[in-house]
Amino acid sequence: MNQPNAALGKDLVGLESLSAEQILTILNTAEPFKEISERRIKKVPVLRGKTIVNLFFEDSTRTRVSFEFAEKRLSADTVNITSTGSSVAKGETLVDTARNLEAMRIDMVVVRHGSSGAAKFLAERIPSNVINAGDGSHEHPTQGLLDILTIRDHFAKIEGLKVCLVGDILHSRVARSNIFGLLTLGAEVAVCGPKTLLPLGIAKLGVTVFSRIEEAIEWADALNVLRLQLERMETGFLPSLREYNQVWGVSQTRLDQAPKDLLILHPGPMNRGVEIDSDVADGPHAVILQQVTNGVAVRMAVLYLLAGGAPDTAEAAKEGAEA
Amino acid sequence: MSGLLLIQGGRVIDPSQAIDATRDVLVVDGLVAEVAAQIEPPEGAREIDAAGLVVTPGLIDVHVHLREPGGEHKETIATGARAAAAGGFTAVCAMPNTDPVVDDPAGVGFVLAQGAAAGAARVYPMGAISVGQEGKQLAAIGEMFEAGAVGITDDGNPVMDSGLMRRALDYAQTFGIPVADHPEDLGLSGVGVMNEGLMATRLGLHGKPNASEDVHILRDLMLADLTGGHIHLQHVSTAYGVEAIRLAKTRGVWVTAEATPHHLILTEERIGGFDTDAKMNPPLRSLADREAVREGLADGTLDVFATDHAPHHYDEKEQAFADAPNGIIGLETALALGLTYVVGEGLIDLPTLIHRMSVGPAEAFGLPGGTLVAGSPGDVTIIDPEEAWTVDRDRFLSKSRNMPFHGWDLKGRASYTIVGGVVVWEADRGQSSE
Repeated sequence: MNQPNAALGKDLVGLESLSAEQILTILNTAEPFKEISERRIKKVPVLRGKTIVNLFFEDSTRTRVSFEFAEKRLSADTVNITSTGSSVAKGETLVDTARNLEAMRIDMVVVRHGSSGAAKFLAERIPSNVINAGDGSHEHPTQGLLDILTIRDHFAKIEGLKVCLVGDILHSRVARSNIFGLLTLGAEVAVCGPKTLLPLGIAKLGVTVFSRIEEAIEWADALNVLRLQLERMETGFLPSLREYNQVWGVSQTRLDQAPKDLLILHPGPMNRGVEIDSDVADGPHAVILQQVTNGVAVRMAVLYLLAGGAPDTAEAAKEGAEA
Repeated sequence: MSGLLLIQGGRVIDPSQAIDATRDVLVVDGLVAEVAAQIEPPEGAREIDAAGLVVTPGLIDVHVHLREPGGEHKETIATGARAAAAGGFTAVCAMPNTDPVVDDPAGVGFVLAQGAAAGAARVYPMGAISVGQEGKQLAAIGEMFEAGAVGITDDGNPVMDSGLMRRALDYAQTFGIPVADHPEDLGLSGVGVMNEGLMATRLGLHGKPNASEDVHILRDLMLADLTGGHIHLQHVSTAYGVEAIRLAKTRGVWVTAEATPHHLILTEERIGGFDTDAKMNPPLRSLADREAVREGLADGTLDVFATDHAPHHYDEKEQAFADAPNGIIGLETALALGLTYVVGEGLIDLPTLIHRMSVGPAEAFGLPGGTLVAGSPGDVTIIDPEEAWTVDRDRFLSKSRNMPFHGWDLKGRASYTIVGGVVVWEADRGQSSE
């Protein structure tokens, strides 16, 4: 049974419910953890003896591997469960799966699920710490945090920055976590995309809405370009990928019109030539791989804090002090 | 069998006769014999002292899902009929979206037989509009009517083919039964699981716009206008929908319509942290919609207060929001919710609420009852309007527990539910079996 961490609470299900102080605590705690991944021996004993289950009901490579590296570099024991071939495929309910895992005395669950609210649902029903690794179209808090950390690395601040999320906002958990986190930290946030992929009432969250990518580029300091799921045409949201690229694609030609250089983020995996052109993705202002690197550090920070670690002793904990 | 029953000294509210006065009610051999200022107790009569209580025609709920056959883990006709009686209802209309669907006279006969065997509230079967509720071919509407169906509906699977709906409205007129529609354009609803709006945007849940309901309400009104048939619109939840029905009534369209307790009292905010006990279809909507539904009930645009009682097993609701089924139960709280939050807040007076729960539904579906006129069925509800109680869903007679009002403090409750002169529910004694 894990004591709720004073700084963060028992779980991390989303950024909407976090205060600016809590978000900054995670970002600041991630800073000392960045260095671990640069060592020759990438392992510290912070979570020695902790058991973590990565429970993935949806396919994921990047997020699962990132969590797994974070867990292993902190010396936790980890188990991966994916929906294919598991008891889930045999009809076991979400809550039964989790309770069976609990019965094996685990400490944390990292959960990815196709239904919005699934992480909160689990968190309310099991005593282990629950970390949301993406629930439906709701939130993907560690992705939001790593995006924000990467922006902060570049600008050394968040407050007052103009960040625009581009693409399929309607189906995007990454968009929601970015919007909630960035607004809480005082950034100006905009969204840009075809109206079929912008949820009703999005402006009421406090974001600016652009329908034209040119306007967004002129306005923003940073663009976070979302992945366009290829099945959106089949379900009638868009005519074609080609048209999407022509109207909303982030190209170097468009960026050249901007009054200043824009920081370019993408949560991956990219569809080159659809939402982002290769010369932009591989260009000097893209920080897409730095996002991936920061992802491991942010997840280490979240694991450390939820396990009861104090934000100000993260540095000492790396060298063997008990978390 | 039932002999003589005398209900003495209650405040009798019978909107069908505009009675609101202290009266005695005498029921003889299952029928109302007399309502008068003072009736000498006949020899051998059971006497109920109703002083301080309200005596009304038996309440009728025209929209319940009793799940039998096929969903007996959620509810059976017997448990549903008992829950109805405990909630003060003397009759309910059972929706046909069971497994198998009630789309033939055998199915109608089964529901009637199970209802009669339950010995609680009367159970009136509804038949399907289309075979298997598949929206393709008209079901055996005439045969189902002959077997006892009181209306037809594809509730749960709305009729998308407007041509079929038009023919149903034409065809049903021969038998004088309403075509009840769950108005929803499935294409507009898409994969939506709650009201489309800011709340859905925040939660990352897909929304159903008001337009998905409005488009079908308008379609149905136009088809009723075209055919002269009787359309009954179920669980109206939108402001535009209420407005359209109001206009259609002024134009003489034969339309009746429902308001549910939850759409009168709650808004989408109630979903809060993904609460599946607040998930139903149509979904809880905005405050403006709720206010429009309240106005519609008050001015009679919405004729009927009905629950859309929709039981689901605990395990089925114990899932992530999008994965859980639609629906909440309502039979055992509807009356008290109406008394507390509709009458209690001054929206309508008590006789108007009783109207929407008795003569309103009886007229909409051509049912016997809904009145205490001499010679009508001896169905009577006796209400204690002052009884304060707290909703405890674990004490319900319904098999299911899915509802968003657990723990609410309410005022008013059925003291006695009387069907055909027989007391089938007594608050102090629980289910009664004379």
